[in-house]
Amino acid sequence: MAKEVAILGVGMHPWGKWGKNFVEYGVKACQDALADAGLEWKDIQFISGADTVRCGYPGYVAGATFAQALGWSGARVASSYAACASGATAMNTARAQILAGFCDVALVVGADTTPKGFLAPTAGERRDDPDWLRFRLLGATNPTYFAFYARRRMDVYGATDRDFAKVKVKNSKHGLANPNARYRKEVTEEEVLSSAMVSDPLRLLEICATSDGGAAVVLSSMDFARKRTTKPITVAAISTVTPRYPNTVIEMPNFATDSAASARVPDIAFRDSIAAAAYEEAGLGPEDMSLAEVYDLSSALELDWYENIGLCKPGEAERLLNDGATTLGGRVPVNPSGGLSCFGEAVPAQAIAQVCELVWQLRGQATGRQVDGANAGVTANQGLFGHGSSVIVKKG
Amino acid sequence: MSKPKLPAMDGWFTMDAAAPHLLGSRCTQCKSYFFPREALFCRNPSCAGREFEDVPLSRNGTLWSYTTNHYQPPAPYVSPEPFVPYTVAAVELAAERMVVLGQLAHGVDPKTLKVGMAVELVLETLYTDDKAEYVVWKWKPAAV
Repeated sequence: MAKEVAILGVGMHPWGKWGKNFVEYGVKACQDALADAGLEWKDIQFISGADTVRCGYPGYVAGATFAQALGWSGARVASSYAACASGATAMNTARAQILAGFCDVALVVGADTTPKGFLAPTAGERRDDPDWLRFRLLGATNPTYFAFYARRRMDVYGATDRDFAKVKVKNSKHGLANPNARYRKEVTEEEVLSSAMVSDPLRLLEICATSDGGAAVVLSSMDFARKRTTKPITVAAISTVTPRYPNTVIEMPNFATDSAASARVPDIAFRDSIAAAAYEEAGLGPEDMSLAEVYDLSSALELDWYENIGLCKPGEAERLLNDGATTLGGRVPVNPSGGLSCFGEAVPAQAIAQVCELVWQLRGQATGRQVDGANAGVTANQGLFGHGSSVIVKKG
Repeated sequence: MSKPKLPAMDGWFTMDAAAPHLLGSRCTQCKSYFFPREALFCRNPSCAGREFEDVPLSRNGTLWSYTTNHYQPPAPYVSPEPFVPYTVAAVELAAERMVVLGQLAHGVDPKTLKVGMAVELVLETLYTDDKAEYVVWKWKPAAV
């Protein structure tokens, strides 16, 4: 079991399409997290920023950007980029600083302002960039890859359009009372199934939108936390694994998988290894989880995650969903926050937002979406280019 | 006079219209295949290989998955005007034991597709400008 750090405070700026500078969202999230922790910015010894690459300079140096906005204090700084997993990587950086004894208390923050529509590659003629080439040569948007996985579920496991729509219906109910969610409107299966087809079999209401938002957490050493609370919420694990060779599942933004012609295929596939590494680090298993926040970039992808994080065996996710196990009130609610389905994605903030939700759930503060008796939860997420991300949070 | 046909990406596939191949590379030490070509370091962590041979990849495979896109992607995709939905296929190559993407050939009804069906590589025009027709590889259900 790994050494633990405490989560003293969490904060978010509501998700939406606000059209403001991302720094504003991040600062609001930081101020809320600091107030939640009962600390002031000047108490923070280390600031760990999750980078956005879309907002240009100084978006590339997120940690210092937020430090400047909060007021230069001399705090030490780091910035992390791991695409959708940036938030977990930034948290892991802060955790390592604390566990190494370099600091007692750290602030982790991510925020983004997103363009409308599809996420597009960086402009210019970029023939050495696979992310540019996949758009040029294939028209392989992000939903193209999500749709490959959805189609596989249908053809291999017999999943139906209706199963996928039910994920959206569930999440739309979960997010209704979440003040930070962007979409707070209940939808029916019929509404999902009559929304525009984007990447067959995935429809508009089943694909994650791009959003603005910001999220922050205050981490501290256990000693520091015990002086302030008798019941700290702790980070039991942070997994930031990369794939093992050969990775035989086609991943964004690649043109091809690795070849398994001569190298032995690993015992555990990449997406399964993400939470597995977190469980191992925490000394816990999927059966210990009260809830999960997973990266539902599409409705169908949430079903893949049920299997990837060990809630059920491969091919059983549709049954788990249809039995109500992953709905609030069920055995292990998934995405009680409403998930990306209700938030859209604010890339560098999203993995941090997942952890904020776990903390509110474990404290019993998730009004209108509370998982009864939540003791431990897991997040799962995967960032472009091979960034795994999974965080386990539990009651200390 | 018809415009010259040029590859939309140099060196990724042969321009043999009758029987085109994708061009990959193979590590001379561990025999792992790579597409696009790898020329610097073998990506197999158990192999220290630094030498690669260019190899044409199998031009036949089986459909791993597919999707039809109904919305116009952003640049650098070059879309016909008006936009026309297109299908992208993921195809498994048996000998290389890898999955390679490609658009589905023009005129194939995606409703006839099934995971596991046999497909073969063809060349088609991806887009045209003042100077040339730019050609790309595509997948097409194999002739029975």
